[in-house]
Amino acid sequence: MSSIGTGYDLSVTTFSPDGRVFQIEYAAKAVDNSGTVIGIKCKDGIVMGVEKLIASKMMLTGSNRRIHSVHRHSGMAVAGLAADGRQIVARAKSEATNYESVYGEPIPVKELAERIASYVHLCTLYWWLRPFGCGVILGGYDRDGPQLYMVEPSGISYRYFGAAMGKGKQAAKTEIEKLKLSEMTCRDGVIEVAKIIYKVHDEAKDKAFELEMSWVCDESKQQHQKVPDDLLEEAKVAARAALEEMDAD
Amino acid sequence: MNFMASTQPENRLLGPQSDSQRTLYPYVTGTSVVALKYKDGILMAADMGGSYGSTLRYKSVERMKPIGKHSLLGASGEISDFQEILRYLDELILYDNMWDDGNSLGPKEVHNYLTRVMYNRRNKFNPLWNSLVLGGVKNGQKYLGMVNMIGVNFEDNHVATGFGNHLARPILRQEWHENLSFEDGVRLLEKCMRVLLYRDRSAVNKLQVDVFLKMAPNQIYSLAKLLWSLT
Repeated sequence: MSSIGTGYDLSVTTFSPDGRVFQIEYAAKAVDNSGTVIGIKCKDGIVMGVEKLIASKMMLTGSNRRIHSVHRHSGMAVAGLAADGRQIVARAKSEATNYESVYGEPIPVKELAERIASYVHLCTLYWWLRPFGCGVILGGYDRDGPQLYMVEPSGISYRYFGAAMGKGKQAAKTEIEKLKLSEMTCRDGVIEVAKIIYKVHDEAKDKAFELEMSWVCDESKQQHQKVPDDLLEEAKVAARAALEEMDAD
Repeated sequence: MNFMASTQPENRLLGPQSDSQRTLYPYVTGTSVVALKYKDGILMAADMGGSYGSTLRYKSVERMKPIGKHSLLGASGEISDFQEILRYLDELILYDNMWDDGNSLGPKEVHNYLTRVMYNRRNKFNPLWNSLVLGGVKNGQKYLGMVNMIGVNFEDNHVATGFGNHLARPILRQEWHENLSFEDGVRLLEKCMRVLLYRDRSAVNKLQVDVFLKMAPNQIYSLAKLLWSLT
Protein backbone atom coordinates (compact mmCIF):
# COMPACT_ATOMS: atom_id res chain seq x y z
CA MET A 1 0.00 0.00 0.00
CA SER A 2 2.29 2.76 -1.23
CA SER A 3 1.24 6.36 -1.47
CA ILE A 4 3.19 9.20 -3.00
CA GLY A 5 4.02 11.88 -0.49
CA THR A 6 4.67 14.62 -3.04
CA GLY A 7 6.36 17.31 -1.11
CA TYR A 8 5.36 16.24 2.38
CA ASP A 9 7.85 13.42 2.48
CA LEU A 10 11.11 15.29 2.20
CA SER A 11 11.75 15.74 5.89
CA VAL A 12 10.91 13.87 9.04
CA THR A 13 9.79 17.14 10.60
CA THR A 14 6.96 17.63 8.11
CA PHE A 15 3.40 16.38 8.60
CA SER A 16 1.26 15.63 5.58
CA PRO A 17 -2.24 17.17 5.40
CA ASP A 18 -3.76 13.88 6.48
CA GLY A 19 -1.57 13.71 9.58
CA ARG A 20 1.13 11.27 8.53
CA VAL A 21 4.87 11.57 8.73
CA PHE A 22 5.99 9.93 5.52
CA GLN A 23 9.67 9.57 6.36
CA ILE A 24 8.80 7.31 9.26
CA GLU A 25 6.58 5.21 7.04
CA TYR A 26 9.38 4.90 4.50
CA ALA A 27 11.69 3.80 7.31
CA ALA A 28 9.20 1.05 8.15
CA LYS A 29 9.41 -0.10 4.52
CA ALA A 30 13.13 -0.74 5.03
CA VAL A 31 12.19 -3.13 7.82
CA ASP A 32 9.62 -4.85 5.64
CA ASN A 33 12.26 -5.60 3.04
CA SER A 34 14.48 -7.57 5.38
CA GLY A 35 14.34 -11.23 6.31
CA THR A 36 11.65 -12.35 8.76
CA VAL A 37 12.32 -11.97 12.46
CA ILE A 38 10.08 -13.71 15.00
CA GLY A 39 9.83 -13.67 18.78
CA ILE A 40 7.50 -15.70 21.00
CA LYS A 41 6.89 -15.76 24.74
CA CYS A 42 6.54 -19.32 26.03
CA LYS A 43 5.61 -20.52 29.48
CA ASP A 44 9.16 -20.42 30.81
CA GLY A 45 10.98 -17.97 28.54
CA ILE A 46 11.42 -16.24 25.20
CA VAL A 47 12.52 -17.69 21.87
CA MET A 48 13.66 -15.50 18.97
CA GLY A 49 14.46 -16.55 15.44
CA VAL A 50 15.80 -14.78 12.36
CA GLU A 51 15.65 -15.76 8.70
CA LYS A 52 19.05 -14.51 7.57
CA LEU A 53 18.96 -14.13 3.79
CA ILE A 54 22.39 -15.01 2.48
CA ALA A 55 23.64 -12.42 0.02
CA SER A 56 26.64 -14.40 -1.17
CA LYS A 57 27.70 -18.06 -1.07
CA MET A 58 31.10 -16.97 0.18
CA MET A 59 29.84 -15.75 3.55
CA LEU A 60 30.90 -17.84 6.50
CA THR A 61 28.01 -19.49 8.35
CA GLY A 62 27.62 -18.03 11.78
CA SER A 63 28.90 -14.62 10.78
CA ASN A 64 26.68 -11.54 10.46
CA ARG A 65 24.87 -12.13 13.72
CA ARG A 66 21.40 -10.64 13.77
CA ILE A 67 20.61 -11.53 17.35
CA HIS A 68 22.69 -9.78 19.99
CA SER A 69 22.90 -10.10 23.73
CA VAL A 70 22.18 -6.81 25.39
CA HIS A 71 22.90 -7.94 28.94
CA ARG A 72 23.08 -11.27 30.70
CA HIS A 73 19.30 -11.59 30.86
CA SER A 74 18.15 -10.05 27.58
CA GLY A 75 18.76 -10.04 23.87
CA MET A 76 17.66 -8.27 20.76
CA ALA A 77 16.90 -9.49 17.24
CA VAL A 78 17.25 -6.88 14.52
CA ALA A 79 15.32 -6.49 11.25
CA GLY A 80 16.11 -3.90 8.61
CA LEU A 81 19.32 -1.98 7.93
CA ALA A 82 22.00 -3.90 9.77
CA ALA A 83 24.21 -0.90 10.45
CA ASP A 84 21.34 0.99 12.06
CA GLY A 85 20.62 -2.09 14.11
CA ARG A 86 24.18 -2.17 15.40
CA GLN A 87 23.73 1.35 16.70
CA ILE A 88 20.56 0.45 18.57
CA VAL A 89 22.20 -2.61 20.09
CA ALA A 90 25.19 -0.52 21.23
CA ARG A 91 22.85 2.01 22.83
CA ALA A 92 20.85 -0.75 24.54
CA LYS A 93 24.02 -2.32 25.95
CA SER A 94 25.10 1.04 27.27
CA GLU A 95 21.69 1.71 28.88
CA ALA A 96 21.69 -1.72 30.48
CA THR A 97 25.18 -1.43 32.01
CA ASN A 98 24.47 2.11 33.14
CA TYR A 99 21.25 1.06 34.91
CA GLU A 100 23.05 -1.76 36.66
CA SER A 101 25.89 0.43 37.85
CA VAL A 102 23.46 3.01 39.26
CA TYR A 103 20.72 0.77 40.71
CA GLY A 104 22.65 -2.43 41.42
CA GLU A 105 20.22 -4.78 39.68
CA PRO A 106 19.85 -5.90 36.04
CA ILE A 107 17.70 -3.50 34.07
CA PRO A 108 14.02 -4.56 34.01
CA VAL A 109 13.02 -5.45 30.47
CA LYS A 110 10.20 -2.91 30.52
CA GLU A 111 12.62 -0.13 31.41
CA LEU A 112 15.05 -1.21 28.69
CA ALA A 113 12.28 -1.27 26.08
CA GLU A 114 11.18 2.23 27.10
CA ARG A 115 14.71 3.59 26.85
CA ILE A 116 15.29 2.05 23.43
CA ALA A 117 11.93 3.24 22.15
CA SER A 118 12.72 6.69 23.44
CA TYR A 119 16.06 6.67 21.63
CA VAL A 120 14.53 5.48 18.37
CA HIS A 121 11.85 8.13 18.68
CA LEU A 122 14.47 10.78 19.28
CA CYS A 123 15.80 10.24 15.80
CA THR A 124 12.39 11.08 14.33
CA LEU A 125 12.27 14.55 15.86
CA TYR A 126 15.08 16.45 14.15
CA TRP A 127 15.49 17.32 10.52
CA TRP A 128 19.23 16.69 10.66
CA LEU A 129 18.77 13.10 11.81
CA ARG A 130 17.12 10.34 9.85
CA PRO A 131 14.91 7.71 11.47
CA PHE A 132 16.40 4.27 12.14
CA GLY A 133 15.75 1.93 9.25
CA CYS A 134 15.36 -1.05 11.52
CA GLY A 135 13.04 -2.53 14.10
CA VAL A 136 14.04 -4.69 17.04
CA ILE A 137 12.42 -7.49 18.97
CA LEU A 138 13.65 -7.43 22.55
CA GLY A 139 13.33 -10.50 24.73
CA GLY A 140 14.37 -10.67 28.35
CA TYR A 141 13.83 -12.42 31.68
CA ASP A 142 13.71 -10.35 34.86
CA ARG A 143 12.00 -10.81 38.21
CA ASP A 144 8.59 -10.34 36.61
CA GLY A 145 9.27 -13.30 34.38
CA PRO A 146 9.95 -13.50 30.64
CA GLN A 147 8.87 -10.52 28.55
CA LEU A 148 8.85 -9.74 24.84
CA TYR A 149 8.79 -6.22 23.36
CA MET A 150 8.95 -4.94 19.82
CA VAL A 151 10.26 -1.48 18.92
CA GLU A 152 9.42 -0.04 15.50
CA PRO A 153 11.27 2.73 13.60
CA SER A 154 8.59 5.21 14.66
CA GLY A 155 9.57 4.70 18.29
CA ILE A 156 6.43 2.74 19.19
CA SER A 157 7.01 -0.11 21.56
CA TYR A 158 4.50 -2.65 22.77
CA ARG A 159 4.69 -5.81 24.80
CA TYR A 160 3.74 -8.98 22.94
CA PHE A 161 3.12 -12.69 23.30
CA GLY A 162 4.30 -13.15 19.77
CA ALA A 163 5.77 -10.67 17.32
CA ALA A 164 7.10 -10.72 13.78
CA MET A 165 8.82 -8.24 11.47
CA GLY A 166 10.19 -8.35 7.95
CA LYS A 167 9.12 -9.91 4.70
CA GLY A 168 7.04 -12.76 6.01
CA LYS A 169 5.51 -10.95 8.95
CA GLN A 170 1.87 -11.34 7.94
CA ALA A 171 2.21 -15.07 7.35
CA ALA A 172 4.33 -15.45 10.48
CA LYS A 173 1.78 -13.64 12.65
CA THR A 174 -0.96 -15.96 11.40
CA GLU A 175 1.15 -18.98 12.28
CA ILE A 176 2.05 -17.64 15.71
CA GLU A 177 -1.61 -17.04 16.50
CA LYS A 178 -2.25 -20.73 15.93
CA LEU A 179 0.20 -21.72 18.67
CA LYS A 180 -0.85 -22.30 22.28
CA LEU A 181 1.97 -20.25 23.77
CA SER A 182 0.89 -20.30 27.40
CA GLU A 183 1.29 -24.08 27.54
CA MET A 184 4.47 -24.36 25.51
CA THR A 185 7.95 -24.71 26.97
CA CYS A 186 10.90 -23.03 25.29
CA ARG A 187 12.23 -26.37 24.03
CA ASP A 188 9.05 -26.84 22.04
CA GLY A 189 9.01 -23.15 21.19
CA VAL A 190 12.37 -23.47 19.43
CA ILE A 191 10.98 -26.20 17.16
CA GLU A 192 7.86 -24.13 16.43
CA VAL A 193 9.82 -20.98 15.57
CA ALA A 194 12.03 -22.94 13.19
CA LYS A 195 8.97 -24.42 11.52
CA ILE A 196 7.40 -20.99 11.06
CA ILE A 197 10.53 -19.46 9.58
CA TYR A 198 10.99 -22.30 7.14
CA LYS A 199 7.34 -22.01 6.21
CA VAL A 200 7.26 -18.28 5.52
CA HIS A 201 10.54 -18.35 3.62
CA ASP A 202 9.82 -17.60 -0.01
CA GLU A 203 11.84 -20.08 -2.07
CA ALA A 204 11.09 -18.29 -5.31
CA LYS A 205 12.26 -14.81 -4.42
CA ASP A 206 15.16 -15.49 -2.04
CA LYS A 207 17.24 -18.58 -2.40
CA ALA A 208 19.37 -19.49 0.52
CA PHE A 209 18.87 -18.49 4.11
CA GLU A 210 20.48 -19.27 7.44
CA LEU A 211 18.41 -19.77 10.56
CA GLU A 212 19.66 -18.01 13.69
CA MET A 213 17.90 -18.58 16.98
CA SER A 214 18.34 -17.55 20.56
CA TRP A 215 16.48 -18.05 23.79
CA VAL A 216 16.31 -16.88 27.38
CA CYS A 217 14.50 -19.29 29.64
CA ASP A 218 14.69 -21.39 32.80
CA GLU A 219 16.72 -23.99 30.93
CA SER A 220 19.37 -21.43 30.03
CA LYS A 221 19.36 -20.22 33.64
CA GLN A 222 17.66 -16.97 32.63
CA GLN A 223 20.69 -16.02 30.54
CA HIS A 224 20.30 -14.93 26.94
CA GLN A 225 22.24 -17.25 24.67
CA LYS A 226 22.25 -18.90 21.26
CA VAL A 227 20.06 -21.97 21.15
CA PRO A 228 22.43 -24.95 21.75
CA ASP A 229 23.65 -26.54 18.52
CA ASP A 230 22.01 -29.92 19.07
CA LEU A 231 18.59 -28.39 19.72
CA LEU A 232 19.02 -26.08 16.72
CA GLU A 233 19.77 -29.07 14.48
CA GLU A 234 16.76 -30.90 15.85
CA ALA A 235 14.60 -27.86 15.10
CA LYS A 236 15.90 -27.55 11.55
CA VAL A 237 15.26 -31.23 10.86
CA ALA A 238 11.73 -30.97 12.25
CA ALA A 239 11.07 -27.82 10.21
CA ARG A 240 12.25 -29.39 6.97
CA ALA A 241 10.17 -32.46 7.65
CA ALA A 242 7.09 -30.31 8.31
CA LEU A 243 7.68 -28.48 5.02
CA GLU A 244 7.90 -31.71 3.08
CA GLU A 245 4.72 -32.95 4.67
CA MET A 246 3.00 -29.78 3.54
CA ASP A 247 4.37 -30.10 0.02
CA ALA A 248 3.29 -33.70 -0.16
CA ASP A 249 -0.37 -32.72 0.46
CA MET B 1 43.34 38.76 26.91
CA ASN B 2 43.13 37.66 30.47
CA PHE B 3 45.89 39.31 32.43
CA MET B 4 44.81 37.88 35.77
CA ALA B 5 46.52 34.66 36.71
CA SER B 6 44.03 31.85 36.91
CA THR B 7 43.33 30.74 40.48
CA GLN B 8 42.03 27.36 39.33
CA PRO B 9 44.72 24.77 38.80
CA GLU B 10 44.52 23.10 35.41
CA ASN B 11 44.95 19.66 36.80
CA ARG B 12 42.67 18.72 39.67
CA LEU B 13 45.52 16.81 41.25
CA LEU B 14 47.41 20.06 41.88
CA GLY B 15 46.25 22.85 44.12
CA PRO B 16 44.10 22.90 47.26
CA GLN B 17 41.52 20.39 46.02
CA SER B 18 44.06 17.74 45.22
CA ASP B 19 44.03 15.62 48.32
CA SER B 20 40.31 14.89 48.31
CA GLN B 21 40.58 13.53 44.81
CA ARG B 22 42.99 10.66 45.33
CA THR B 23 43.70 7.73 47.58
CA LEU B 24 46.06 8.72 50.36
CA TYR B 25 45.77 5.78 52.75
CA PRO B 26 43.67 2.65 53.02
CA TYR B 27 40.88 2.30 55.61
CA VAL B 28 39.45 -1.22 55.68
CA THR B 29 42.12 -3.67 54.69
CA GLY B 30 42.54 -7.36 54.12
CA THR B 31 45.78 -9.13 54.93
CA SER B 32 47.73 -11.77 53.01
CA VAL B 33 46.56 -14.00 50.18
CA VAL B 34 48.57 -17.16 49.44
CA ALA B 35 48.24 -19.24 46.28
CA LEU B 36 49.99 -22.16 44.61
CA LYS B 37 49.73 -24.32 41.52
CA TYR B 38 49.04 -27.97 42.16
CA LYS B 39 48.58 -30.98 39.90
CA ASP B 40 45.03 -30.26 38.77
CA GLY B 41 44.92 -26.48 38.99
CA ILE B 42 45.22 -23.63 41.44
CA LEU B 43 44.75 -23.46 45.21
CA MET B 44 44.27 -20.09 46.85
CA ALA B 45 43.71 -19.19 50.50
CA ALA B 46 42.93 -15.96 52.32
CA ASP B 47 41.45 -15.25 55.70
CA MET B 48 38.08 -13.60 55.98
CA GLY B 49 39.12 -10.58 58.01
CA GLY B 50 38.72 -6.88 57.25
CA SER B 51 40.76 -4.71 59.60
CA TYR B 52 39.98 -1.11 60.37
CA GLY B 53 43.44 0.04 61.36
CA SER B 54 44.40 -2.10 64.32
CA THR B 55 40.83 -3.25 65.00
CA LEU B 56 39.85 -6.61 63.49
CA ARG B 57 36.48 -5.19 62.56
CA TYR B 58 34.88 -7.43 59.92
CA LYS B 59 35.19 -11.16 60.15
CA SER B 60 33.30 -12.48 57.12
CA VAL B 61 34.80 -10.62 54.22
CA GLU B 62 35.19 -12.73 51.09
CA ARG B 63 38.48 -11.63 49.65
CA MET B 64 38.48 -14.10 46.77
CA LYS B 65 36.02 -14.12 43.89
CA PRO B 66 35.71 -16.10 40.66
CA ILE B 67 36.14 -14.05 37.49
CA GLY B 68 34.48 -15.37 34.35
CA LYS B 69 34.82 -19.06 33.64
CA HIS B 70 38.54 -19.42 34.06
CA SER B 71 39.95 -17.33 36.87
CA LEU B 72 40.04 -16.58 40.58
CA LEU B 73 40.95 -13.18 42.00
CA GLY B 74 42.23 -12.75 45.54
CA ALA B 75 42.97 -9.33 47.01
CA SER B 76 44.68 -7.84 49.99
CA GLY B 77 44.66 -4.16 50.87
CA GLU B 78 41.75 -1.74 50.71
CA ILE B 79 38.47 -3.67 50.49
CA SER B 80 36.51 -0.89 48.78
CA ASP B 81 39.12 -0.74 46.02
CA PHE B 82 38.77 -4.51 45.63
CA GLN B 83 35.02 -4.05 45.20
CA GLU B 84 35.66 -1.41 42.56
CA ILE B 85 38.02 -3.76 40.72
CA LEU B 86 35.31 -6.42 40.81
CA ARG B 87 32.95 -3.97 39.11
CA TYR B 88 35.46 -3.25 36.36
CA LEU B 89 36.01 -6.96 35.85
CA ASP B 90 32.30 -7.66 35.88
CA GLU B 91 31.81 -5.25 33.00
CA LEU B 92 34.82 -6.71 31.19
CA ILE B 93 33.49 -10.26 31.48
CA LEU B 94 29.96 -9.16 30.52
CA TYR B 95 31.13 -7.55 27.29
CA ASP B 96 33.27 -10.60 26.61
CA ASN B 97 30.25 -12.89 27.05
CA MET B 98 28.04 -10.75 24.84
CA TRP B 99 30.23 -11.47 21.83
CA ASP B 100 28.92 -15.02 22.14
CA ASP B 101 31.69 -16.35 19.91
CA GLY B 102 32.84 -19.35 21.89
CA ASN B 103 35.82 -17.48 23.29
CA SER B 104 36.27 -16.27 26.83
CA LEU B 105 38.90 -14.28 28.71
CA GLY B 106 41.42 -16.51 30.47
CA PRO B 107 43.54 -15.79 33.55
CA LYS B 108 46.49 -14.44 31.54
CA GLU B 109 44.25 -11.90 29.82
CA VAL B 110 42.56 -10.83 33.05
CA HIS B 111 45.95 -10.50 34.76
CA ASN B 112 47.19 -8.30 31.95
CA TYR B 113 44.08 -6.12 32.12
CA LEU B 114 44.49 -5.69 35.88
CA THR B 115 48.17 -4.81 35.46
CA ARG B 116 47.26 -2.06 33.00
CA VAL B 117 44.57 -0.70 35.33
CA MET B 118 46.82 -0.73 38.40
CA TYR B 119 49.79 0.80 36.66
CA ASN B 120 47.79 3.57 35.00
CA ARG B 121 46.15 4.49 38.30
CA ARG B 122 49.57 4.65 39.99
CA ASN B 123 50.81 6.97 37.27
CA LYS B 124 47.96 9.34 38.05
CA PHE B 125 48.92 9.27 41.74
CA ASN B 126 45.54 7.77 42.54
CA PRO B 127 46.21 4.09 43.12
CA LEU B 128 43.86 1.24 43.85
CA TRP B 129 45.40 0.22 47.14
CA ASN B 130 45.53 -3.53 46.60
CA SER B 131 47.84 -6.44 45.99
CA LEU B 132 46.06 -8.86 43.72
CA VAL B 133 46.55 -12.55 43.08
CA LEU B 134 45.07 -13.86 39.85
CA GLY B 135 45.02 -17.59 39.22
CA GLY B 136 43.17 -19.89 36.89
CA VAL B 137 43.13 -22.60 34.27
CA LYS B 138 42.28 -22.28 30.60
CA ASN B 139 42.58 -25.01 27.99
CA GLY B 140 44.42 -27.15 30.49
CA GLN B 141 47.06 -24.48 31.11
CA LYS B 142 47.49 -23.35 34.70
CA TYR B 143 48.32 -19.69 35.37
CA LEU B 144 49.16 -17.87 38.57
CA GLY B 145 50.15 -14.21 38.73
CA MET B 146 50.34 -11.24 41.04
CA VAL B 147 50.02 -7.48 40.58
CA ASN B 148 50.23 -4.79 43.24
CA MET B 149 49.31 -1.15 43.66
CA ILE B 150 52.42 0.20 42.00
CA GLY B 151 51.92 -2.03 38.99
CA VAL B 152 54.64 -4.59 39.70
CA ASN B 153 53.45 -7.85 38.22
CA PHE B 154 54.83 -11.31 37.72
CA GLU B 155 53.89 -14.93 37.25
CA ASP B 156 55.10 -17.82 39.34
CA ASN B 157 54.29 -21.28 40.70
CA HIS B 158 53.38 -19.86 44.08
CA VAL B 159 52.60 -16.27 45.06
CA ALA B 160 51.60 -14.37 48.16
CA THR B 161 50.80 -10.82 49.13
CA GLY B 162 51.74 -8.67 52.10
CA PHE B 163 53.03 -10.62 55.06
CA GLY B 164 52.60 -13.79 53.08
CA ASN B 165 55.65 -12.78 51.06
CA HIS B 166 57.81 -12.82 54.18
CA LEU B 167 56.28 -15.69 56.12
CA ALA B 168 54.65 -18.02 53.61
CA ARG B 169 56.88 -17.90 50.54
CA PRO B 170 59.96 -19.29 52.28
CA ILE B 171 57.86 -22.30 53.30
CA LEU B 172 56.56 -22.63 49.76
CA ARG B 173 60.03 -22.34 48.27
CA GLN B 174 61.16 -25.25 50.41
CA GLU B 175 58.15 -27.51 50.15
CA TRP B 176 56.45 -26.77 46.83
CA HIS B 177 57.02 -29.19 43.99
CA GLU B 178 55.43 -29.87 40.64
CA ASN B 179 52.38 -32.18 40.75
CA LEU B 180 51.33 -31.59 44.33
CA SER B 181 48.20 -33.57 45.10
CA PHE B 182 45.07 -31.78 46.31
CA GLU B 183 45.51 -32.96 49.90
CA ASP B 184 49.19 -32.00 49.98
CA GLY B 185 48.41 -28.63 48.49
CA VAL B 186 45.73 -27.88 51.07
CA ARG B 187 48.03 -29.09 53.85
CA LEU B 188 50.79 -26.78 52.59
CA LEU B 189 48.44 -23.81 52.38
CA GLU B 190 47.11 -24.51 55.85
CA LYS B 191 50.67 -24.59 57.17
CA CYS B 192 51.31 -21.16 55.63
CA MET B 193 48.06 -19.73 56.96
CA ARG B 194 48.81 -21.12 60.42
CA VAL B 195 52.18 -19.33 60.52
CA LEU B 196 50.44 -16.15 59.35
CA LEU B 197 47.84 -16.50 62.09
CA TYR B 198 50.62 -16.79 64.68
CA ARG B 199 52.71 -13.91 63.47
CA ASP B 200 50.48 -11.45 61.53
CA ARG B 201 48.49 -9.30 63.93
CA SER B 202 45.83 -8.57 61.30
CA ALA B 203 45.17 -12.22 60.53
CA VAL B 204 41.87 -13.74 61.60
CA ASN B 205 41.18 -17.41 62.28
CA LYS B 206 38.50 -17.90 59.61
CA LEU B 207 39.78 -18.95 56.20
CA GLN B 208 38.45 -19.03 52.70
CA VAL B 209 40.17 -21.63 50.55
CA ASP B 210 39.30 -21.81 46.86
CA VAL B 211 40.24 -24.45 44.37
CA PHE B 212 40.37 -24.03 40.64
CA LEU B 213 40.30 -27.31 38.79
CA LYS B 214 42.05 -28.00 35.52
CA MET B 215 39.62 -30.64 34.44
CA ALA B 216 36.40 -28.95 35.41
CA PRO B 217 37.12 -25.25 35.10
CA ASN B 218 33.65 -24.19 36.16
CA GLN B 219 33.93 -25.64 39.62
CA ILE B 220 35.25 -23.52 42.43
CA TYR B 221 35.09 -25.00 45.89
CA SER B 222 35.01 -22.58 48.75
CA LEU B 223 35.99 -24.20 52.01
CA ALA B 224 35.47 -21.72 54.80
CA LYS B 225 37.52 -23.19 57.58
CA LEU B 226 37.48 -22.17 61.20
CA LEU B 227 40.59 -22.73 63.27
CA TRP B 228 39.12 -22.41 66.73
CA SER B 229 41.96 -24.07 68.55
CA LEU B 230 44.25 -21.15 67.82
CA THR B 231 42.22 -18.33 69.41
